[in-house]
Amino acid sequence: MAAIYSLFIINKSGGLIFYKEYGSAGRMDTNDSLRLASLWHSMHAISQQLSPTNGCSGIELLQADTFDLHCFQSLTGTKFFVVCEPGTLHMETLLKVIYELYTDYVLKNPFYEMEMPIRCELFDLNLSQVIQKDRGALLGR
Amino acid sequence: MQFFSGSSAVDISPSPAAPPGTATGLSGNNANMLYIFNRSGVCLLYREWHRPLRTLDASQDQKLMFGLLFSLRSFTAKMDPTSVDKGNLGVPLLPGQGCSFYSFRTNTYKLSFMESPSGIKLILITHPNTSDHQESLKHMYNLYVEYVVKNPLYVPGTPIKSELFNTNLDQYVKTLI
Repeated sequence: MAAIYSLFIINKSGGLIFYKEYGSAGRMDTNDSLRLASLWHSMHAISQQLSPTNGCSGIELLQADTFDLHCFQSLTGTKFFVVCEPGTLHMETLLKVIYELYTDYVLKNPFYEMEMPIRCELFDLNLSQVIQKDRGALLGR
Repeated sequence: MQFFSGSSAVDISPSPAAPPGTATGLSGNNANMLYIFNRSGVCLLYREWHRPLRTLDASQDQKLMFGLLFSLRSFTAKMDPTSVDKGNLGVPLLPGQGCSFYSFRTNTYKLSFMESPSGIKLILITHPNTSDHQESLKHMYNLYVEYVVKNPLYVPGTPIKSELFNTNLDQYVKTLI
């Protein structure tokens, strides 16, 4: 049972720096994931422009027929979004945990170039652990 | 991809009860607006009951809104994790084709969206903490059918100028907020 279908991390210019799939039906090739990430970046910005009140920080939750999309934008403009089953709880907390992992294992890595695709083993390892724990908690309920 | 899976009868006399706890009133920072677009992007109706901030002029705002929805629909159709064969990104989608979104929420507003089989898009902007508005949108679509489509003097594809429609819409929205 995959509550989470996929995770994307976008840098502040809208380029995809990390993409992980956890069991969606169709495989998405690299080009498509890059396009979708940029599309999301633009739409996030447009939704801020369309806001009828001040202080809008963009889309936080998108609800569709077959999935929900939770998005978290850090203060530096890096966006983390996760595609999950409709009605999955605690995705905001999960996104914050992933953000912490990102700061610990990616940003503090002296060999990591800013805004480049993430290729850090420790980040992948810890991320899978967090996702597994999350899945286990959901199944346990 | 569900069109009117509930009662599809044109039944406007019993309006759905406003969900408890969502009446936030018109004061303060709560925005309340409605857009209706047709298939080609013509804005048939734009009504605002409360809007604290206007960044763009009306026509640009409507074009931007339509563009956002068009792209979001392509996005969700391609992003759909349950369908095996997804079309190519950017291909114009027919109403009802592919997974469509029905709502998104930001920290300052919530946008609820509904598309009819004929391509009429209804967009309702409300306070971010309100609950789902699919029923309200269906009700508003029924009002549109009753007072606009059935009006023999209405030319399809042109902005709506029906007093009866506006009055009934206002009355209905008062029960929601």
